[in-house]
Amino acid sequence: MSKYFSPEKETASREQIVEWQNAGLVDCVKRVWDNVPYYRKKMEKKGVTPDDIKGIEDLHKLPFLTKDDLRDAYPYGLLARPLSDCVRIHSTSGTTGRRVVAFYTQNDIDLWDECCARALTAAGATEEDVVQVSYGYGLFTGGFGLNGGSHKVGCLTLPMSSGNTDRQIQFMTDLGATVLCCTPSYAAYLGESIHERGVRDKIRLKAGIFGAEAWTEEMRRDIEETLGIKAYDIYGLTEISGPGVAFECENQDGMHINEDYFIVEVIDPKTGEVLPDGEKGELVFTAFAKEAFPLLRYRTKDICILSREKCSCGRTFVKMTKPLGRSDDMLIVKGVNVFPSQIETVLLNHGYAANYQIIVDRHKNSDSLEVRVEMTPEMFSDELSKVSAKERELVAGLKSMLGIHADVKLVAPKSIVRSEGKAVRVIDKRNLYKG
Amino acid sequence: MTTKQISVFLENRPGTLAEFCKVLQKNNIDMRAMCVADAMDFGIARVIVDNVYDTVTVLKDEGYVCQITKVLTVEMEDRPGALSEILALLGEQNINLEYTYAFLTREKDKAYLVIKVADNAAAADILKKNGVKVICQDELEKIFGD
Ligand SMILES: [Zn+2]
Repeated sequence: MSKYFSPEKETASREQIVEWQNAGLVDCVKRVWDNVPYYRKKMEKKGVTPDDIKGIEDLHKLPFLTKDDLRDAYPYGLLARPLSDCVRIHSTSGTTGRRVVAFYTQNDIDLWDECCARALTAAGATEEDVVQVSYGYGLFTGGFGLNGGSHKVGCLTLPMSSGNTDRQIQFMTDLGATVLCCTPSYAAYLGESIHERGVRDKIRLKAGIFGAEAWTEEMRRDIEETLGIKAYDIYGLTEISGPGVAFECENQDGMHINEDYFIVEVIDPKTGEVLPDGEKGELVFTAFAKEAFPLLRYRTKDICILSREKCSCGRTFVKMTKPLGRSDDMLIVKGVNVFPSQIETVLLNHGYAANYQIIVDRHKNSDSLEVRVEMTPEMFSDELSKVSAKERELVAGLKSMLGIHADVKLVAPKSIVRSEGKAVRVIDKRNLYKG
Repeated sequence: MTTKQISVFLENRPGTLAEFCKVLQKNNIDMRAMCVADAMDFGIARVIVDNVYDTVTVLKDEGYVCQITKVLTVEMEDRPGALSEILALLGEQNINLEYTYAFLTREKDKAYLVIKVADNAAAADILKKNGVKVICQDELEKIFGD
């Protein structure tokens, strides 16, 4: 029993990793050039051919891919293998316009399972464990991803899918689940439900892998306390395979990226320029090892920081922070990067609903940030002091998340302007003063 | 032993209280008492009405965040000193008032005091032991009905 699933990969030397990435990238660019006219056109437009790409130091020469590209190329435009070689699809829920569909060959599934197996092993799972997968199974990658990883480790797998809390808790207690995989919000909910039912002492859980959603350290502590487990984060996007692209080790301090399959870059979201490690920017992935859907320089829109500091777990793969926000809605207030998703996370953690609006203004050359939050029955009280106390906690929570002060204004339910059903999240009044 | 008060969240912008009153009026809801507490950015209206559940339904339909709060209502003689006597009784037993307000009905020489404390039962006991009349919801509705 090892603490690594694939020690020869996970603890490889930097030279070895770069060697894999160089060879993988060169091969991948050729495959894409030959089989994906959509991307080939992009390369031609940029004046790049496969001959220009000799290794990862040439990566920056390649054009980016965005979610818009994936939508434009729907469904088969970025497929690099004949459909007869593909065995499965997964798809992202499209809130706007067309969905994005990703294809998998059997090797792609194996690679993905391997990633999830590493994540589970890092969370302490062995073949002795019972893994309860309470992510949705279906087009969403959560369920199948952790299911495959759990098989690979040799755990007894409970393919619960999401929902039906009574059944979840019954199986958890009756079959003695030791590892839980689901979204962090569902983990928190399950924890509450377990306490309500008074069956906390029948729970055998020791660890949980929670992803597909933004969550804070505060939420982690809550979940760990309620369920009596260690809670691990996991990262992945359907476009770049699914959960397991990066996973947390026992240090719970950033996620190791599976660099033998993925090359990661952090770029300035405005200029596209590659940033040095340690700087905050947009994550870009090159999934060079994938056969059916090998994305080159895919812009995730997730804002992260990379760290190559030696990790005491022994893994040599680079670590990424939790996504700190989304590049498309980044605001700069008082010189600090602020993401609506950060604010949303704080609101949810404090018990408010995600009905909010951010108003940025500037008076006498000084920025102000106001967060308007809709009142909910749960947060209301007949006592002024109680409502005010919760409000002050929220202000403090925002300050610790954002690093700057935000005014909070409690407003009436449904008073935040919605355009076409979606709330208008950000009003930046500073734009009015521009030339 | 307790009576029901409706507590309503009000945004802090001009006209919210007037709008709120208009909603009650439009729905023929007779407001027997009201007390508004203001913070910097919001307010809480506490109202006593005849028909609590119908009023809550109306308010929820109109998009208000509101709740039914159990409060104590006591009968007082409408004379100087009556209020301070009651408050003194609670004070002597270290019972903290969250808030309090008074209202009158058509009944002559009587006033009613609404009291919000953390422990209704304890406060009611003390008041009753000292001969103060604590009114229950049925009695309150009867008073309004007269
Ligand atoms: Zn580590």
